[in-house]
Amino acid sequence: MAKQPAKTPAKAKTAAPAGEDTDFLLHSLQDAFEAKKRYAASDAEMLEFYRQMLLIRRFEEKAGQLYGLGLIGGFCHLYIGQEAVAIGLQSALDNDRDSVITGYRDHGHMLAYGIDPKVIMAELTGREAGISKGKGGSMHMFSTEHKFYGGHGIVGAQVALGGGLALAHQYNEDGGICLAYFGDGAANQGQVYETFNMAALWNLPIVFVVEDNQYAMGTSTKRSSAETRFYRRGTSFRIPGMEVNGMDVLEVRAAAEIAFAHVREGKGPVLMECNTYRFRGHSMSDPAKYRTREEVQDQRDHHDPIERLKKTLIEGGKAEDELKAIDKAIRAEVAEAADFAESSPEPRPGELYTDVLVGEY
Amino acid sequence: MAIELKMPALSPTMEQGTLAKWLKQEGDRIEPGDIIAEIETDKATMEFEAIDEGVLEKIMVAAGTEDVAVGTVIALITGEGEEPSSSEAPTEERAEKPAPEKTEETEKKENAKSADEPLKARAEPARDPAIPEGTSLTSTTVREALRDAMAEEMRADRRVFVMGEEVAEYQGAYKVTQGLLAEFGPKRVIDTPITEYGFAGIGTGAAMGGLRPIVEFMTFNFAMQAIDHIINSAAKTNYMSGGQMRCPIVFRGPNGAASRVGAQHSQNYGPWYASVPGLIVIAPYDAADAKGLMKAAIRCEDPVVFLENELVYGRSFDVPDLDDYVLPIGKARVVREGTDVTIVTYSIGVGLALDAAATLADEGIDAEVIDLRTLRPLDKQTVLESLAKTNRLIVAEEGWPTCSIASEIIAICMEEGFDHLDAPVLRVCNEDVPLPYAANLEKLALIDAARIAETARKVCYK
Repeated sequence: MAKQPAKTPAKAKTAAPAGEDTDFLLHSLQDAFEAKKRYAASDAEMLEFYRQMLLIRRFEEKAGQLYGLGLIGGFCHLYIGQEAVAIGLQSALDNDRDSVITGYRDHGHMLAYGIDPKVIMAELTGREAGISKGKGGSMHMFSTEHKFYGGHGIVGAQVALGGGLALAHQYNEDGGICLAYFGDGAANQGQVYETFNMAALWNLPIVFVVEDNQYAMGTSTKRSSAETRFYRRGTSFRIPGMEVNGMDVLEVRAAAEIAFAHVREGKGPVLMECNTYRFRGHSMSDPAKYRTREEVQDQRDHHDPIERLKKTLIEGGKAEDELKAIDKAIRAEVAEAADFAESSPEPRPGELYTDVLVGEY
Repeated sequence: MAIELKMPALSPTMEQGTLAKWLKQEGDRIEPGDIIAEIETDKATMEFEAIDEGVLEKIMVAAGTEDVAVGTVIALITGEGEEPSSSEAPTEERAEKPAPEKTEETEKKENAKSADEPLKARAEPARDPAIPEGTSLTSTTVREALRDAMAEEMRADRRVFVMGEEVAEYQGAYKVTQGLLAEFGPKRVIDTPITEYGFAGIGTGAAMGGLRPIVEFMTFNFAMQAIDHIINSAAKTNYMSGGQMRCPIVFRGPNGAASRVGAQHSQNYGPWYASVPGLIVIAPYDAADAKGLMKAAIRCEDPVVFLENELVYGRSFDVPDLDDYVLPIGKARVVREGTDVTIVTYSIGVGLALDAAATLADEGIDAEVIDLRTLRPLDKQTVLESLAKTNRLIVAEEGWPTCSIASEIIAICMEEGFDHLDAPVLRVCNEDVPLPYAANLEKLALIDAARIAETARKVCYK
């Protein structure tokens, strides 16, 4: 039998956050989303989504090539297959106010901001012109100018840090929200729930996004997670959940509109699960023994987010040639980025000692 | 027979307190559970409950008496059915009793004081040369100095806020944040749940987002749950971002052994954090340094680990009456000048080293005592200059010897001061064991002034 929620004593409040709403429903936002699941994008918007997703795809394919050639070292986690998540969400942000933070699979989120692919690729090759001067690498890229706060290599750390960014928005009363991405693997880290608790308790303006690509490295969600419907995991903190098809950019965008409005109105955090799939390995050194070739092929053939949008565009009357021209331009842009990243110089040895501390003591 | 009521210890580190108020009077009946008195420590005011029943026969320590040592008999209770020994003239006695008792108590206190005083006076750190001549000084506890530093910086910069367990409504588990909530309100003095990893991450993220958080750990032992954010998130981000993303945050709280709290609550994290590039690590001893360095830490653009010491919180030192007393980070201080041997130390070790120096002085050994104050970046120059002068050096550290600050100082002396050494550099640290609970074993495990003096004698070949 369901327990009656304990009556909380009346407290001073600005809006009606989930924590104090006795009619709170886990599904309150999902219901609104279900009513209108696909964002009614204009032609221009749709073309832009297509261009951005394709840029991520081609960029990542090139990064994979450069890795194979030994130009990129260490860990390199590609975003191929998951493009609709970053583009659907970030296209709905207010870039003057809102902040974004993510884990180590971060190239796509940076490209979604329109950050120059050259400086991202040059970071991957470890060059001085890289966005972190070559000192961060694939997993540690930041652009404070765009309010993109990384790029974090410790699984789950970005969730608590995102809580802090949200606290800063609230503290400064700047009207901004924080978008904090993490994977289905990070979803089992304890600090995620510590953050959920404080975010709900303090009504922080944050949207938690689980990019569920179904495998935490080589471990499927079924083998790692007692509850694989991640959007439910905020329930015990009274955080409303949303379940979104992360392979459809228009669905992601529609969900983003609802979630962001909720958070921006001061109603506290939202937990959004975007179901997606990475077409490539976890990192470049992935033996891929944990899933079948057929499974991957099925995803590529039937759930590719770029092909899906392409279909919508063509059904809407776009000419295939126009889309091909976009692809051609992107290939050229990515090739130029790769040339830049290959040919620009490595950091000067003196860079070894810079940026350890800001002050001099 | 009368039952003696003794001044209770209300916290692991309490040695004395104020008998604030008697809630029962002589002649009153006492039931177990009755609140008899209110006792004030430097941390809190607590109620003193009866566990025996009977009649409060005699109050031995008057209300308002300060510095009553733990264990002092404060009242007598006559048990059930016993004849109160002073029942003949209760009214008169009640009126007269407190006066003579008070005198006796005051006398005891004064005796104790005069015995302590000369040693204490010698063991005070020398006045900081950084303080301008003629500056007036106010005796302040380390606890108050830290609070004053935070309050001043919060007044000056609205980005500064405090978060942690019990920092707001409870006024701080160790009363360091006392009064901040009343002045700055709940937006800037934030009580967190018990969730160190989570709130350390939130604080770090807030610093990345442009705020200046002061994150209090109830003790640094609990920061082990949060050490990933201190090191991986806070310390490395500026470097990993090529200088783009700063993290101006202060992680502060008591560090090191307290008193009888056992192995999990008694550890010095100085060496841990001091080994990490990207962090500033400060561990002050006296109140003036605590204030001046805390203000510097809050203004610092880099992440700071600020290690306090619970046993030192209640000690009073002179703090200069300056509007804005800020000390430089990364500068050690010679707290006692000497010519025969250098004792390098920090935090609670400074007091012990000064005591040891006083003992050595009586034996004709003139010790110089250096308080490192900042553990990272380490002020090598001050250490090496002193070594060049005395040619003998020991390191006194309340912490484990292995991979310690002491190890680091010894390495520095070998690498850069070898030619000045007339004796091997020795370290005097805690024993290399988890800290035991039993009083005698704990005492054996921790450094003390006697061991420091003994080690100094060794390098002086005396």
